[in-house]
Amino acid sequence: MSASIIVLVEHLKGNIPEISYEMLGVARKIADASGGKVYALIAGKGSSALATGLGAADVALVLEDSSADVMNDDVLIEALKQAINEKQATLVLVGCTNISFGIGTRLALRSGMPFINWVKDIKTTEGEMVVTSALFGGKVLSDIVLKDKKGILGILSGVFPPDAGKIAKQPSIEHIAKPEIKSKITFRSLMEPKAGDIDISRMDVLVSVGRGIQSPDNIPLAEELANALGGAVSSSRPVVDQGWLPLTRQVGKSGMNVSPELYLALGISGAPEHYEGMKGAKLVVAINTDPKAPIFDFAHYGAVVDCLEIIELLKEEIQKRKGTQ
Amino acid sequence: MNAYVLIKMAPDPVEELDIANDGKSLNAEFIRFKSGDPDEHSIEQALLLKEKNGGKVTVVALDAPEVDDVLYTALAKGVDRAVKISLDQTQLGSVATAQAFASFFQKEGISSDTLIMPGTQAIDDIEGETGALLAEMLALPYIGVVSGITLTNGGAKAVVVKEFSSGLRGEYEVELPAVLGIQSAEKPPRYVPVAKIRAVMKTAKIETVDLSEPDKAKILEIERMYKPEVAGRAQILEGDVKEIAAKLAEIFAERGII
Ligand SMILES: Cc1cc2nc3c(=O)[nH]c(=O)nc-3n(C[C@H](O)[C@H](O)[C@H](O)COP(=O)(O)OP(=O)(O)OC[C@H]3O[C@@H](n4cnc5c(N)ncnc54)[C@H](O)[C@@H]3O)c2cc1C
Repeated sequence: MSASIIVLVEHLKGNIPEISYEMLGVARKIADASGGKVYALIAGKGSSALATGLGAADVALVLEDSSADVMNDDVLIEALKQAINEKQATLVLVGCTNISFGIGTRLALRSGMPFINWVKDIKTTEGEMVVTSALFGGKVLSDIVLKDKKGILGILSGVFPPDAGKIAKQPSIEHIAKPEIKSKITFRSLMEPKAGDIDISRMDVLVSVGRGIQSPDNIPLAEELANALGGAVSSSRPVVDQGWLPLTRQVGKSGMNVSPELYLALGISGAPEHYEGMKGAKLVVAINTDPKAPIFDFAHYGAVVDCLEIIELLKEEIQKRKGTQ
Repeated sequence: MNAYVLIKMAPDPVEELDIANDGKSLNAEFIRFKSGDPDEHSIEQALLLKEKNGGKVTVVALDAPEVDDVLYTALAKGVDRAVKISLDQTQLGSVATAQAFASFFQKEGISSDTLIMPGTQAIDDIEGETGALLAEMLALPYIGVVSGITLTNGGAKAVVVKEFSSGLRGEYEVELPAVLGIQSAEKPPRYVPVAKIRAVMKTAKIETVDLSEPDKAKILEIERMYKPEVAGRAQILEGDVKEIAAKLAEIFAERGII
């Protein structure tokens, strides 16, 4: 059976994020292997212009709506449902992102297809399609066989190559009508991050602290280490949620995307939502007391020690080398 | 305001997660169940809303090990009412869990000031976010990844902040009743001393609600569960802490970082 795949393409402020290309790339691969088609569904203000760059798709389904900076989810789900019926879609790929949060799940109930969250691999072997999902913050993987190769998949960021989804040709464009939906939700405005604090996305060195830092009293130690390295302190979500550092320092899915020369992670487990924000780092060093922490899967160097024990010693070693002691 | 905080107990990933002999599930012996961080934030957000607007906060959970502690702690923090649905959370996927909550709300009734606040996502929500599923089943509006709520129009509407990426957030207006998946409260979750929780255990009561088993415990059938390749990419530095610190400094120097 040839696959008919719909990819929900996201965009915000005129930019299409990498995850959309990553999904287009993997969709292209599956479609080519089975002689199927890829449809890229894009909706909201500026969709028509952005759609021309979606060459990895055969067809771009465009729902242009000049009034929607951010498309209404209820409208989007209905548009996806109609597209599934019309194109006899077998697979729908939706990013595990905040923007698309909940869309795949609700679409599944409405379309009668199963939803699988946190997908990090899709394999077709012996006529079966096997989907791998990363559970418990990436600590456990689960393989699920897709019945009839049909399903709605929430795709994790950064697991499929984006370049495979960037093909320099134009897809054919099919405009779709805006479904008549009375939504009880209205988008009001986009809120920019608060300015004033340092911009961690511009730092060459980040000393990033996670829950393993244990107490707000230990943050100054990390700051001293960051100073010695000529960088700044960033963090995982729980540290910000506890109010130990401001939101501007959060790395990850809802936080900032960073790509420093050095990302030194102290007591961070390496959940997919965190990885998403720091996958661009050139050198990742992880300090974690748990040898099985997922962060060791993508760090370049690691040490299984107490981060509170190493902070001070590392600062001294660095100062020694810099001759500033 | 009539707020309901929904708790979903899930295995604590800080503990060793061991695969059972069937190769398809976790070894139950080693699992410790806990409520997710987003659930804790949801309790806090509901209490903040109550402090500002008055009303009532009910916390609802399915049965699971340690769930009573979570419910009593919520009561000690100031939640008005705690309800335990007598279905085993540990056996149910998100779809069945959402069905259980949906039947609870069908019994309970939903009014024009009902605000349903699940944690935005649980760590084992492989079938999808329980809150999104519940909203769909109850045909209520849904917003997830919420980090701020202000009630307006005398509690008939809410202005909601949803997190996007790169520090960007979106502001929405939603008509109540609604389901809002909470990611983080406007303030860190409050601390409550153990003595207070003990006192509440003696005086307060957890209500139990009996519901019939959902038709299907799980939608997705897991073929194989396994740990990711431990081979990993990280080169693990050996030695005592001081030696490791020296090695790291050397690596940084080689790379021109210092
Ligand atoms: C929609 C959504 C969006 C999210 N967005 C983000 C985001 O933007 N950024 C983000 O980071 N997370 C985000 N998360 C949360 C994410 O899923 C994880 O919960 C979070 O990243 C975990 O943070 P952590 O690694 O600090 O804590 P944990 O996972 O609790 O890990 C702490 C680690 O510290 C180690 N440790 C403990 N003590 C020590 C010690 N003394 N020395 C060394 N190591 C020690 C432990 O072994 C453990 O590995 C999001 C979640 C959702 C659902």
